[in-house]
Amino acid sequence: MTMQTNGITVSTATHAPLWRIRLRLAWRSFKSSWATFAESPVGLIGLGVIIFFGLFALAHPILMHTVWDSATYDPQMGYDMEIAFHPAAPSVRHLLGTDPLGRDVLSQLMYSTRYEFVLGILSAVVTVVIATTIGAVAAYYGGLIDAFLMRLADLVIMVPFLPILIVLSSFTEVGMFELALLIGLLSGFGGNTIVIKSQALSVKVKPFIEAARIAGGSDFHIIFTHLIPNLLPIALLYMMFVVTSAIFSEAVLSYFGLTTIKMSWGIMINTAQTQGYLLRFDTWYLLIPASLAITLLCAAFYLVGRALDEVVNPRLRSR
Amino acid sequence: MTDNVLEVKNLTMHYMTRKGPVSAVDNISFSVARGESLGLVGESGCGKTSIALSLLKLLPDNADIKQGQILINSKNIVPLNYAEICKFRWKQISMIFQAAMNALNPVYTVEEQILEAMQEHLPHLSEAEMNQRVDELFGLVGLDPKFKNQYPHQYSGGMRQRAVIAMALSCEPDIIVADEPTTALDVIVQDALLKRIRKIQEKLNMAMIYISHNVAVIAEVSDRVGVMYAGNLVEMASTEAIFHRPIHPYTRGLMSAFPSIVGEKTKLVTLPGEPPDLLNPPTGCRYHPRCPYATAICSQEAPEYREHGAQHFAACWHPGGEA
Amino acid sequence: MEHSDILVNIQNLSKLFPVGGGIFRHSDVFVHAVSGFNLQIKRGESVGLVGESGCGKSTTGKLLTRLLDPTEGKIEIASEQGVIDIASLRGKKLKTFRRNVQMIFQDPYESMNPRLTIYDTVAEPLNVQGIGTITEREARITELLETVGLTPAASFLFRYPHELSGGQRQRVAIARALIISPLFVVADEPTSMLDVSVRTGVMHLMQDLATNLNVTYLYITHDLAVARYMCNRIAVMYLGKLVELAETEELLQHAQHPYTKALLSAVPVPDPTYKRSAVEIKGGISKPINPEPRCRFYDRCPLADDSCRDNPHPELEDKGDQHFVACHKI
Repeated sequence: MTMQTNGITVSTATHAPLWRIRLRLAWRSFKSSWATFAESPVGLIGLGVIIFFGLFALAHPILMHTVWDSATYDPQMGYDMEIAFHPAAPSVRHLLGTDPLGRDVLSQLMYSTRYEFVLGILSAVVTVVIATTIGAVAAYYGGLIDAFLMRLADLVIMVPFLPILIVLSSFTEVGMFELALLIGLLSGFGGNTIVIKSQALSVKVKPFIEAARIAGGSDFHIIFTHLIPNLLPIALLYMMFVVTSAIFSEAVLSYFGLTTIKMSWGIMINTAQTQGYLLRFDTWYLLIPASLAITLLCAAFYLVGRALDEVVNPRLRSR
Repeated sequence: MTDNVLEVKNLTMHYMTRKGPVSAVDNISFSVARGESLGLVGESGCGKTSIALSLLKLLPDNADIKQGQILINSKNIVPLNYAEICKFRWKQISMIFQAAMNALNPVYTVEEQILEAMQEHLPHLSEAEMNQRVDELFGLVGLDPKFKNQYPHQYSGGMRQRAVIAMALSCEPDIIVADEPTTALDVIVQDALLKRIRKIQEKLNMAMIYISHNVAVIAEVSDRVGVMYAGNLVEMASTEAIFHRPIHPYTRGLMSAFPSIVGEKTKLVTLPGEPPDLLNPPTGCRYHPRCPYATAICSQEAPEYREHGAQHFAACWHPGGEA
Repeated sequence: MEHSDILVNIQNLSKLFPVGGGIFRHSDVFVHAVSGFNLQIKRGESVGLVGESGCGKSTTGKLLTRLLDPTEGKIEIASEQGVIDIASLRGKKLKTFRRNVQMIFQDPYESMNPRLTIYDTVAEPLNVQGIGTITEREARITELLETVGLTPAASFLFRYPHELSGGQRQRVAIARALIISPLFVVADEPTSMLDVSVRTGVMHLMQDLATNLNVTYLYITHDLAVARYMCNRIAVMYLGKLVELAETEELLQHAQHPYTKALLSAVPVPDPTYKRSAVEIKGGISKPINPEPRCRFYDRCPLADDSCRDNPHPELEDKGDQHFVACHKI
């Protein structure tokens, strides 16, 4: 097709390749978002805590290969023969003591951290992918498709989570991965879909959607270049809250012994309980570290979500 | 000049933002006499709404009145606190907003909302007197009193705007500030409302400040017109003088850029450039980057706002385009 | 009017919106947003479509750009492939035909995706239609941005809409609409959100483009004063019907329909000494929900009598010099 229509002559462009410009633009928009984020102290505290746990998780394999011998310090199989009675109170050998089965609590805590991250982030990603796609499709097409998807969402919201899991765990193994998928599916099809759909509805009526249609854009083109990119900021925000609820749910479920997860913060509390050490002050090291870790990491993601809220929906729009 | 209901002296107001202070109102002085209608015209971001909000002290938290006085019936309201300013609102000064739906509470009937304002500010009236007054107000703004027990959403756009006007008039203010009250309305409804507002203002011998971006609307409702540009009051004179003998280049440009359906179809003038960013306003006269008559001094020193002939004020180094 | 001159021929165009109803239940109550709309637009001409909010002018624009499907009627457009009725086009044919009809929107703040750069926004029609290589597209976008007054174009290409002023954004919107060289552009209130000092520039630009690039406009507006400057002819719409159509100055000086007269006398004039004639109509605009088969303006008309009530809505009639009026009383 010739480009000489309308009497406009063609000249050669003289700027850098497109991909490099796009990269630069992305970096610039990240920097300005970061500036807004960094204004919120709670966000920074949250991020600091997340980074701390990240390093905490990373440190575990390093320690296992260097200072800790696996027979004593393995989070699942280890047993310290040199101590006569377990659980043992914190000492130089075991900074947070040992559990009733003779395993090092600190090692367990560090080892579990990586799975908490995997669980939280995996379920959040599943949630966001599902919620954004379903929300965008329901809002864009409306009518029967919308009605069907929204009734599905209602149904998922009404599903009682715990009983489902009890039933599931009775005839299949619910490990970390299955649990992440399950939490992701349930929160993706449920409340988050409705939130994202309502946002999608407000984007759908914008004239730029009509402009894209007039240009000849297909439904697929409009949903993926116009609708979804405008939903991603709010999706990212809700992702943070899903991480919080996933970690929390895992702790609750593991505590009740409803999962087949070998080691996690919830399992640590579960072990303390099954061995009869739950409400004893002298064995605080069986309970406090794990509970504190759960609380801190959940709170951290929540705080980051709050600060992201400020980036996504700034109250003082600078014009 | 004892008959001035409102006097604004050297008002300067900034909005504090992330990027620094925005100089929204810069050293503005004017006054409004009893029974007079003053039109303030300007483009978006010129500071006209900021002035209206300053007059009622309805400014957002990040606004900062740097200097100046606002005298309502000779009392300076700038240093007053919230409780004190509440006594001024409604009774001495009240406002008609642009978005009538937002100014009315959707869960109360229109009558209840007007009564509420009166109970607060005119406690000496008996219930019967208040009810009678609501009927009078409805008659005044041209609404049938049988609609008074309805909710705002049952009204049409024009009726809602009339209800807001009735509410603003309920406590007999000395001065009323109308911020683009007809902008969202269709021409035929707008025409009826403009005539009604003008009639009420004259009948009650009330002072009025009418704010609009629409030059034609201002021509219809004002005795005197102030032209604003980028936070400055650039020219103020009688309506007739502003429209027929403007001396500031911006006023001239605005007049010749505004289309009309009557008279000769003259070529519309395009003003070069765009209004400035008030985070970083131009030095000297704020209009100089767009002004055809600008010389060296215009970019160095802000022109003084002074009288150029009887009651015709302007802030320009080259009034009327002369060197 | 030479037949070959006609670019757009709209015949008996109607759009009914159901009131109430739902997915499983069909409504028999309809808003007659546009009904029996006839209009011919000549090549290179700008026609103004004027009326109050709710009169159906925006719906007409959306029908012509096929954002909405017409209930009935024809929209014939004389393209290179011959005269094609786009009212019933679907799928791939519709997509290809969209090159010929584009739209400029009212709100420059909302008509561009805030997450796309100016380059991506203007390039979208080319991308979607698969026109040109990337280098050709870039060159063409640069040229067109300069044509609409965004110079140097390179400094605008990779900015986001929020970094531009309202006037600049509307120029981008114009460039986007013209990038695939459409035959016909529907402009829905393109200047109503702009400030006076910036508006004139955009108006002049649209006129220049009409002359230089031979663009044909349907200019939808509520502002008769702007229409006077932008349009060769003006069509006045009331509750889904055209009531008057004439050359711009003819319509402004010698309006015949009582509604047009009322509209004209209600427009404020930027001259404090000018005395307008009084507006003679009464009541307010309502919605045309299952309207009675009589003149749509009957309830508000100062001239109405029993014949207006008993006869159906009058057809547009030529009262001489291509001045069409739909009124029983004239």
